[in-house]
Amino acid sequence: MSYTITALLGLAGALVVDLVVLRTRLVLGRVFWATYSIVFVFQLLFNGLLTGRGVVTYDPAAILGVRIVYAPVEDLVFGLALVLLTLSLWAWWGRRETAT
Amino acid sequence: MRHLTYLGVLAVCLLAAIWLEPVLRVGVLRQWRRLLKTLLPVVLVFVAWDILAIAAGHWWYDPGQVTGVTLPGRLPLEELLFFVVVPVCAVLAFEGVRTVTGWPAEDERDRR
Repeated sequence: MSYTITALLGLAGALVVDLVVLRTRLVLGRVFWATYSIVFVFQLLFNGLLTGRGVVTYDPAAILGVRIVYAPVEDLVFGLALVLLTLSLWAWWGRRETAT
Repeated sequence: MRHLTYLGVLAVCLLAAIWLEPVLRVGVLRQWRRLLKTLLPVVLVFVAWDILAIAAGHWWYDPGQVTGVTLPGRLPLEELLFFVVVPVCAVLAFEGVRTVTGWPAEDERDRR
């Protein structure tokens, strides 16, 4: 499986967690997207730095080859999945603590 | 110094967000138990993904730009830290947005 496929599966998994498993439904609200737009700018910066300087190198066969600020577009999908899973869990634990 | 490149990028990333705790009083680090419970599953899932991707040859790290501390699965220490630093920054940003805008998150809407 290529990074393209695993990144999309990761995003799908994070969406299922947010919408179905934990039902935090962050992707339906504006707080998440406002947060993500800030994180996105920093991701382009730091991801571009790591990729541009060659700290991490990708197998050309594992990615589409579409790059934004040096980083493969798959990294952006990976990052979205990481941030969504994190914030969904954060919101879920917050809700549980408030409920008890 | 070159072997500290990745670690340095992570430190700058953390510094770019950590000021929100004292300045906006977002109270993320204060809720350290909730933060730990959030981080644990995220770290487990993404470290597993990373180890599998490294094994599959999807990506690799420049030995000259990492500390050289390698965890099982050929995982550089920096990668483990990445999956702690980035989620912490994301939660700080999330609570920063809530503090500044006063917008409720979806989970709060359910409570009413």
